[in-house]
Amino acid sequence: MGVCRTFDEINEKIRQGKVVVVTAEEAVAMVREVGVKEAARQVDVVTTGTFGAMCSSGIYFNFGHSSPRIKATHVWLNGVPAYGGVAAVDAFLGATALPENDPLNSSHPGEFRYGGGHVIHDLVAGKPVRLRAIGYGTDCYPRREIETTVTIHDLNEVVLFNMRNAYQNYNCAVNLGSRTIYTYMGILKPHLGNAHYSTSGQLSPLLKDPFLRTIGVGTRIFLGGGVGYVAWNGTQHAPRVEPGPVEGSIVAAGGTLSVLGDLKQMQPRWLVGASILGYGATLFVGIGVPIPVLDEEIMYYASLPDDKLFAPVVDYGEDYPARRSRTLALVSYAELKSGKITLMGKKVPTAPMSSYAGAREIATILKEWIAKGTFLLTEPVQPLPGPQTQVVLNTLEIKEG
Amino acid sequence: MAPTSKIVLRFPASIADKPMIYYLVKDFGLMVNIIKANINPHKEGTMVLELSGGRYQEGIEYLRRQGVIVQPLSEQIVRNEHRCIHCGACTAICPAGALYIDRPSMEVRFDDDACVVCQLCTRACPVRAMEVSF
Repeated sequence: MGVCRTFDEINEKIRQGKVVVVTAEEAVAMVREVGVKEAARQVDVVTTGTFGAMCSSGIYFNFGHSSPRIKATHVWLNGVPAYGGVAAVDAFLGATALPENDPLNSSHPGEFRYGGGHVIHDLVAGKPVRLRAIGYGTDCYPRREIETTVTIHDLNEVVLFNMRNAYQNYNCAVNLGSRTIYTYMGILKPHLGNAHYSTSGQLSPLLKDPFLRTIGVGTRIFLGGGVGYVAWNGTQHAPRVEPGPVEGSIVAAGGTLSVLGDLKQMQPRWLVGASILGYGATLFVGIGVPIPVLDEEIMYYASLPDDKLFAPVVDYGEDYPARRSRTLALVSYAELKSGKITLMGKKVPTAPMSSYAGAREIATILKEWIAKGTFLLTEPVQPLPGPQTQVVLNTLEIKEG
Repeated sequence: MAPTSKIVLRFPASIADKPMIYYLVKDFGLMVNIIKANINPHKEGTMVLELSGGRYQEGIEYLRRQGVIVQPLSEQIVRNEHRCIHCGACTAICPAGALYIDRPSMEVRFDDDACVVCQLCTRACPVRAMEVSF
């Protein structure tokens, strides 16, 4: 397929206010109407979005030196522990961290009312947060304990740094067992009582560039309401693209992104602390990735509709916890979004765990930023391993010491 | 026919074992939809139900004569619109269909008339947008 345009050409159009941007949802409708060739000719950029719970998120931060100084080994924000095993006043707070006195699942299912994700939300909302740290005291850092109140503005750097976000595709979770289970995919009722999925389908960033031709290290993105960057591939990155059950459809899997950005310019609306019953605390993260339409093939994938994108259905009653890989069925996002799927002869109600309405809004905001000329695209400085590299994930086996 | 009303019944321990709902149906021809039922360690029972039928008032008087405390259901569920992020995690959990996804907007709607105050959503909602109010 012939090249239509380059990153530089697109950026030049953005600067001149002549760029044509559509959301991935709009791209679907457009291609249906005028075809891929014509759509690729007209459109420069397709914007995507996702707004779901992403556990491998967190912030690293530097809280400045007190007088006298402390070399903090253990740090807490609002009672939630952060990792202090780095330099004196640096720390990392993970989205799933919980206070030591949280009842966890001792009364199952636990509520996990306040964890790292909630702290991140409070910080980005500008709320005062209680900082506590302890150290063992050294000649250069004599203080052993400190407790004070800080806001995001008092801290030096606060960087949202997520090890794994924006899963290319995700399981649709069901429960074949005989009791209700409480999972990171929500409350799953027994005997196929419901099916939960967590991808924005036709708006989902890595589903719209399944071969990772345009998204790589250094890609500028919408992150948490501000601007962020793709830092690397995410952990457990194992992209795959297989043909789906209907003509022209795909089953993608396993591609992930590691992203980062300055928390101080993000918004609480797009970084929301969450409590998943019986599972834990986490963070809803809003991410939007622009896809430059470099050629027709990129437009073809960016415009694949929900009925051409498939997700595997997986049993979380027994298979998932036991690490048994079994796909019960493949269902399209069109079916999932309809509210009902048929599985093993049974009509099963479906519900999303990630916000499609939020994903659409993110794609629209990103579109406006680009159209206004405030957001330029970046060419990756290094590609991420694509599906052709056939990355195989290692499992962890138990060995005698 | 009287409209359907949602009521709370409180049973003292002495009568918690009597099949009173059966008599509501059999003797008064009432339609009963039990939303929630619970017996505490002191053997006192609480039941939330929807009740309707022509002889509604007689049925209520019967319950009161048996020593059941009958109160209108005053609890209700409110959605904190500001907090809801429209993820949809509550929608397949809600037994009454009061929380559902509007298509094609894919936004979560809450129909409080259909809500049976089972409170499952208050725990299923990841961002705690569903609240009980009295």
